[in-house]
Amino acid sequence: MAKEQPGKLQVKSFADHHVITQPNPLRKVLLRVPESDLDDPVGRAEKALAGLSGEFKNWMAIEADRLSAAHAAVLRYGFTDESREELFRAAHDIKGDAATFGFPSAGAAAESLCRIIEHAPDLAAVPANLIAHHINAIQAIVRERTKLDTAVTASALSKQLRGIADVFLTHANRDRPEHLEAILAPSIVPAE
Amino acid sequence: MYRIDFNKLRFLICDDNPHMRRILRTLLHSFGAREAYEAEDGATALEMYSHYVPDIVITDWSMPIFDGLELAQMIRQPESKGNPYAPIIMLTGHSEKRRVTVARDAGVTEFLAKPISAKGLYQRILNVVANPRPFIKTKTYFGPDRRRNTNNAYIGPERRIGGEVEVMQQPSLLDKARSGV
Repeated sequence: MAKEQPGKLQVKSFADHHVITQPNPLRKVLLRVPESDLDDPVGRAEKALAGLSGEFKNWMAIEADRLSAAHAAVLRYGFTDESREELFRAAHDIKGDAATFGFPSAGAAAESLCRIIEHAPDLAAVPANLIAHHINAIQAIVRERTKLDTAVTASALSKQLRGIADVFLTHANRDRPEHLEAILAPSIVPAE
Repeated sequence: MYRIDFNKLRFLICDDNPHMRRILRTLLHSFGAREAYEAEDGATALEMYSHYVPDIVITDWSMPIFDGLELAQMIRQPESKGNPYAPIIMLTGHSEKRRVTVARDAGVTEFLAKPISAKGLYQRILNVVANPRPFIKTKTYFGPDRRRNTNNAYIGPERRIGGEVEVMQQPSLLDKARSGV
C-alpha cells in the first residue's frame, strides 16, 4: 500500500556476508508537520482502549475458563502433547493479556504456571497440587476481583505461588544448566 | 516534527487470541490505520501476507499450526517471490531475554513483550517506519541487521569478516525528527 514501487536494492558484499539496503519504502508515510499540527495518536489509542475496558472482565473470565478446561483435559487424559500444548497456550495467553485486562496478579500466576510447564523435566512428576493451585488461584483472582482488598491478596497469592514453583523448578533442574539459567534469568518485563 | 500517516499503511495482524486481535485492531484504528488484516494462525497469515502484501506484520509467537517464529522465517526467504523485507513486530507473552535473541535470529525486526501498551506499539511502528535497518545475508541468516551497536572498534568473537566498511550507517529520519531538523 505505502510502497507501490519497491525500492532498488543496493548490495555490498563482504567476505562472509552481504549488506542489503533499499530506499525506505515507508518513507512516504512519515509526514513533516508543524508542531501545532501534531496530534496525539497514543493518547487517542489509550482512550480507545479504555473504551473497550467494559469487556475486559468478561474476556478474562473466558480466558480463565479456557485454562480450567485445559486443566480438566490434563486430569482426564494426562499430559499428552495436545493437552500439554493447550494448557501452556491457555496459561500463556493469560500471562500476556491479564495485565491489560486489569488482572496483573492473574498474569503473574499464569507466568509461574508457564514456567512449570516449560521447564519441569517430567510434567507427570510435578505435584498435581502445584498445578491445581495455580489454576485455582487464577480462577479466584478473576472471580473475586470486585471485592475490596483482593488486589493485595491476589498479589501475595501469586508471589507465593511463584516462590514455591521456583523452588521446585530450581531443584528439579539442578542437573540441567540451560533450564536453570532460563529459570533464574530476570524477565524483560518490569514486575507489577 | 514528523508524524506517521497511518492511513497509508497496511497491517497484517497474526494472533490466535481473538481478544488480543480486537485490542490490536482498536489500537491501530485509533492511530489512524484503515487497513488491518487479521489471521489467527501462522499458515493463514503467510497466505494473507502473499495476497495483501502488508507494509508491517504484527505477530504473536505462540500459535497453532505454525507459530510466529516460523512465520518470520518463512517471510525472510531471500529467494521468495514475495517481499522478504517487510518489518515484523513480534508481540508476545514471552518475556525472557533468550526469546528476544531467538526472535531476532529468525529475522524479527522489533520485539514487544506483553502486556501491550499503546505507547509501546506506537514506538515500535515509528521505529520500523523512520529508522529501517539494512538487511544482512549470511550462510545462516537473512534479516534486519542484528547489530544496533555502531561501534567500529568492536572486536568480539562474532565480528563479521571483510573490509573496513562493516557497519552501514543508515540515515535516520527518527533522529531528524527528534532533533527537530
